[in-house]
Amino acid sequence: MYRYDHYDQAMVDARVAEFRDQAQRRLDGKLTEDQFKPLRLMNGLYLQLHAYMLRVAIPYGTLDSRQMRMLADIAEKYDRGYGHFTTRQNIQYNWIKLEDAADILADLATVEMHAIQTSGNCIRNISSDHFAGAAADELVDPRPYAELLRQWSSFHPEFSYLPRKFKIAVIASESDRAAMRLHDIGIRIVEKGGMLGAAFYVGGGMGRTPMIAPLVRDFVPLDQLVTYAEACLRVYNRHGRRDNKYKARIKILVHELGAEEYTRQVEEEFAHLLGQGIEPPLAELERIKDFFPDPAFSTDAPTDIDRSDSAFALWVDRNTHPHKIPGHASAVISLKPVGGIPGDATAGQMRLMANLAERYSFDECRVMHTQNVVLPHVRMADLHAIWTELEAAGLGSPNLDTIEDIIACPGLDYCSLANARSIPVAQRIQERFAETGRTEVLGELKLKISGCINACGHHHAGHIGILGVDRKGVENYQLLLGGSEAQDTALAKITGPGFDEEGIVDAVEKATDVYLDQRQGGERFLDTYRRIGMTPFKEALYG
Amino acid sequence: MAELLRFRDDEAVDHPAVTVDSFLGQSNANAVRIEPGDDARALLPHLDQVSLVEVNFPVFGDGRGYSAARILREAGYTGELRAVGDVLVDQIALMRRCGFDAFEPDKPLDDADVETALARWPHVYQPTTDGRVPIRTKRHE
Repeated sequence: MYRYDHYDQAMVDARVAEFRDQAQRRLDGKLTEDQFKPLRLMNGLYLQLHAYMLRVAIPYGTLDSRQMRMLADIAEKYDRGYGHFTTRQNIQYNWIKLEDAADILADLATVEMHAIQTSGNCIRNISSDHFAGAAADELVDPRPYAELLRQWSSFHPEFSYLPRKFKIAVIASESDRAAMRLHDIGIRIVEKGGMLGAAFYVGGGMGRTPMIAPLVRDFVPLDQLVTYAEACLRVYNRHGRRDNKYKARIKILVHELGAEEYTRQVEEEFAHLLGQGIEPPLAELERIKDFFPDPAFSTDAPTDIDRSDSAFALWVDRNTHPHKIPGHASAVISLKPVGGIPGDATAGQMRLMANLAERYSFDECRVMHTQNVVLPHVRMADLHAIWTELEAAGLGSPNLDTIEDIIACPGLDYCSLANARSIPVAQRIQERFAETGRTEVLGELKLKISGCINACGHHHAGHIGILGVDRKGVENYQLLLGGSEAQDTALAKITGPGFDEEGIVDAVEKATDVYLDQRQGGERFLDTYRRIGMTPFKEALYG
Repeated sequence: MAELLRFRDDEAVDHPAVTVDSFLGQSNANAVRIEPGDDARALLPHLDQVSLVEVNFPVFGDGRGYSAARILREAGYTGELRAVGDVLVDQIALMRRCGFDAFEPDKPLDDADVETALARWPHVYQPTTDGRVPIRTKRHE
């Protein structure tokens, strides 16, 4: 894992001092809320319906047990005893007092964490593949590149007042587990002629105008990676729309200019910036890479496990992912217990996850963009002990990538932008499918719920998506089908008129009926939808 | 509280800056004012005759002026680069890094606040034309 040196620490400490000063000026009335807003936002502090919300950065989702324990401590000391893991691999606390915010940041700084640029119109936390360094299918570990970009983007003097927020994801395998092409910049580390480089996809995003990022450059040499990113950002900062907040994301610029013209402008800027000494020395990339060595895996770890306990066997089948080292696996801790709040964990659960990471996973865990937590490097022989402890803590749900593994935004229960509640709908759907025993029958089925068109719940990218809207003062839920955020990225299409809260649960069930009736061979829901199209679903829903 | 905060020793230009359009249309002006939508690169062929470039920030959240400043400095402009408009103490450290060496805020800044803000950051991650040695270079010296 990356560790701060005295430079990194000094920067984070300076930020804490700066924010303490800004928050005090606000509390003293020397700053208006309008003036304070962009400052607090750049430190992850939002004003929500009931309280301040603080979003803490977890760079590329990676954290150790010490950091996870601090997250638990903060939940207890400053919040209501829990935290909420987000779709960008961060954590947020929903019940924060402005008076406490600087103290929380100071506590975080003691474990090399911060809330820098977790909101605001700047470059946000860099996300990555949650199986980085563990997945059998990756080319290299993408996290050193994410860390290089984290440092480049932190307190960037030119890009702190962009037209709108800016999200970057870095992956290094053909499989996409980070929704890479739905980011403002998606980077895939690739190999060409024996050399490593970066493919740049620019202008993706969800929100009210979802776009899949086009490929802008198929190979940027690694010693020009940061310079190319700087060129992409400069063209955006100069020419991105600022007249309308809903058209200010880079996807609109790329769409309006056309990918070809945007690329031409980037290449022109890039050619200029190559002469400006933007790129860090390769020695710096090598220094960062040294923080991400393979852990000391045992080379003779046993690969067979006792599957006689059927509940355990189901969890292994559902919640573990193949590891590059035989006898190991990545084990996913589901934060989607039936009837719970997707992504929430109590302080006690966080401490348990920290303990398991320390004992069984080389002191490392990862936050997944699906709002779960993974122990990336566990011995298969330890899976039963891990599962036993998880079960006892209510964290053993065997539902990864099933219809119970719902991504949901906070919705109208917390968010001042929302038009409808998301969490209760997620809970009703989980309960319906758990009761009928359908979850396992359906297999992989990614369901995502947003409580407004800003799409924080990724409904555009769900195999089944649900969008909550306000219809004449009543919550109404639209159903979408056919989205994907994986390597086969696709945007879901709306089925037709929306449903009320009870009706949407029935509608989801009807859609799964169509699938079960029509599926062939080993097709997933998404495969069947792609083969048969929307019509049979529409007939079942509205016929 | 100073109306004009300046980090240069030379004499300040004392006549009003002209718009980019009128600057490009006449050859004798030496002070020009860039609005957010203007292309700073249009000035590059004429930099040797310019002593003052004002960059206007009508609202502090419009960050186009940061790019304009860097583009001018990267092209070798050494005259005064003045941020004017909605310039707040919380932005001036970033502006200094982008090459601004004078500030004329709508609301004058408190001298002590300015000093604190400019002394805040012990190190920097990114290289710019301000000459500060970035962390990634310090690490390997």
